[in-house]
Amino acid sequence: MVVFEKPHALTDAVLHYCPGCTHGIVHRLVAEAIDELGIEGRTIGIAPVGCSVFAYNYFNCDMIEAAHGRAPAVATGVKRSLPENIVFSYQGDGDLASIGLCETVSTASRGENITIIFINNAIYGMTGGQMAPTSLIGQVTQTSPYGRDPKTQGYPIRICELLSTLEAPAYLERVAVNNVKNVRRAKKAILKAFQNQVDGKGFSLVEVLSACPTNWGMTPQKALEWIDEAMIPQYPLGVYRDKEAE
Amino acid sequence: MSEKVMMKGNEAIAEAAILAGLRHYFGYPITPQTEVAAYMAKKMPKIGGTFLQAESEIAAINMVYGVAATGKPAMTSSSSPGIALKCEGISYLAGCDLPALIVNVQRGGPGLGGIQPSQSDYYLATRGPGHGDFHVLVFAPASVQEMADLTGRAMHLAWKYRMPAMLLADGTLGQMMEPVVLPEPSNAYGEDNPWATTGTQMKRPHNIVNSLELAPETLEKNNIARFERYRKIEETEPLWEEYLMDDAEICIVSYGITARISRNAIVEARKQGIKVGMIRPITLWPFPKEPLAAAADKVRSFLCVEINMGQMKDDLELAIKCRKPVDLCYRVGGMIPTPDEVLEHIKKLAEGEE
Amino acid sequence: MAESSVIIAGFGGQGLLFAGKVLAYGGLLEERQVSWLPSYGPEMRGGTANCNVILSDDPIGSPIVTHPSVLIVMNAPSLDKYESTVIPGGKIFVDSTLINRKVEREDVDVFYIPATQMASDMNAAGLANMILLGAVLRETACIKDETLPDALHHVIPARKADLFDVNMKAVQAGRDYKE
Repeated sequence: MVVFEKPHALTDAVLHYCPGCTHGIVHRLVAEAIDELGIEGRTIGIAPVGCSVFAYNYFNCDMIEAAHGRAPAVATGVKRSLPENIVFSYQGDGDLASIGLCETVSTASRGENITIIFINNAIYGMTGGQMAPTSLIGQVTQTSPYGRDPKTQGYPIRICELLSTLEAPAYLERVAVNNVKNVRRAKKAILKAFQNQVDGKGFSLVEVLSACPTNWGMTPQKALEWIDEAMIPQYPLGVYRDKEAE
Repeated sequence: MSEKVMMKGNEAIAEAAILAGLRHYFGYPITPQTEVAAYMAKKMPKIGGTFLQAESEIAAINMVYGVAATGKPAMTSSSSPGIALKCEGISYLAGCDLPALIVNVQRGGPGLGGIQPSQSDYYLATRGPGHGDFHVLVFAPASVQEMADLTGRAMHLAWKYRMPAMLLADGTLGQMMEPVVLPEPSNAYGEDNPWATTGTQMKRPHNIVNSLELAPETLEKNNIARFERYRKIEETEPLWEEYLMDDAEICIVSYGITARISRNAIVEARKQGIKVGMIRPITLWPFPKEPLAAAADKVRSFLCVEINMGQMKDDLELAIKCRKPVDLCYRVGGMIPTPDEVLEHIKKLAEGEE
Repeated sequence: MAESSVIIAGFGGQGLLFAGKVLAYGGLLEERQVSWLPSYGPEMRGGTANCNVILSDDPIGSPIVTHPSVLIVMNAPSLDKYESTVIPGGKIFVDSTLINRKVEREDVDVFYIPATQMASDMNAAGLANMILLGAVLRETACIKDETLPDALHHVIPARKADLFDVNMKAVQAGRDYKE
């Protein structure tokens, strides 16, 4: 009999996420990777500002809560102080791709040997559904009530593509968690992003296309479908950098 | 180590920090403090430390935050406009009860201002540089020797009280050279930091470094507890120096470079028979209220000498509860009063009192 | 010994700060109180620059020299700016290659030294500062003769140690110069 167990790297705290939100899935994938690599005791996680702000309560490893967007800088400080430890940040699209874009690009460009898990759900969730840097053209949000208009609100930022222009990153991959097959691929990518750090390979980032049914105004089922229909065409899945494979 | 060497104030800060155990420095170039970064860039790689030129002041303070969370000494330095950018990070350090050293070699403002010396960040430093209720320890050196001595002290007290400390200097002190006896190597931080995020080693519950608290009852309690700690610091940690105060009828209150200038003026005034002395605050927070209140019993008036529009004057008037008149001698924008200007002010006060 | 408050002023790149450092190190080696303060900022890269040095037996208050006892000027704007600030009985050293006018004050001692020309003649361009310093040491003895070599060794960076002799020669030329 197979018993479905909670990964050790997750605490017993009850997640606060909305029904149908995929943060829970990604938390679990991160925790599984930490368990499988046996690194929980030496891992330090950095939580962002955004929906996953309480990630510090959910992971069993030591955790630091960072100011909005600054997680890569904080992670840099931790890694420089404790190079033998495993350091990861877990950030949303507002945190990583808007207010913290400078830190994201600079940390990637330095090739800091850290792991970043980037949740892209094309919206600001915690503050109640405002336009994100990754919101799609035409997407209706609280601050783009007539749909995102590129003339005044610009175009969505593709982080993996952007970072792939840099020399330093070791590994960049975009995955999604909207069906079993994609979740399995996401797991593989997240595991690899941590394994790279253990092996000293350098900066690894996994972008995870994620669902926000509450703020998208969709049922959980419809939200998963929307990832396929609307998000993946804008944000193609795949490996954007893998120094190992090159 | 007891040998006297000539050093710039900025370099003395850097070397003193290293001697006190600092191995992680993050900075961003800005005049007039760039020598600190340049010194660290040269030295850190040779002693296995970290020098990192961050992408921004904001990134630099957050790297400091990361190192601080691991229980190790961390430092950044900048000048006024750059310090303003660091304020968010300083508030987070305070909210997480993390020690760190922030050096501010002040220049004139507001805005981009100028690059000449100033003390116009007095409010910013002493009122808690950032959002929320908090304080940082603020030290105001007046010589290159004090740049070195107060750096180690600031690091140690930051660790002891788990709060950020700021060394508040100015462009003159940063750029000038004086003989300095560097301190003996020491560890400003103790060994045991049970709060630090260093990895659980699967031997303890996870540590969380965090300033978020959504329950107002708890956040209130945290703030009050922090301020109880501040009250103790206000009782035990003020530092000041008195100069010719025994028979003084006029008391100059001045810190940093303007205290040096005032000293010249006092020497001249004494030659002319004017009984003037000085109380020089060395810590600006905690502010040395006690000696000032005691002086208010004896002197006829105070003269505040600053290179800002009179920011410390408020604290002085509070400390003496406005019992004696307080006059102000100031220049701003990078201008510095000459000893003659201070002397003229002293003479005017002395005449007014006759 | 009396307090010496020195302003060395001219263009950036003339070695003003270097000459000031030699004096300051001399003071340190003689165990006196010393301060050295440069002007800083964009003027360091070609505009007017200056350096304040104080050597004293008492603790030094302000490191900013407002009434110099010794003024060394290496361009005309600096003479215009600082001539009036020198204390009565003070000494002004003028690089007469670069400054055509005479000092107007009559209550100070003035020394005109064609330092830039002399430096060029002795194949030591860039050492006009040390030639002027030689004249200052002769006239003021603000640091002792025997302290100078040691002070120079402290100030010349290790990678330029071979420049020691030519610096000493320049100082000597300044010392020997007679108007």
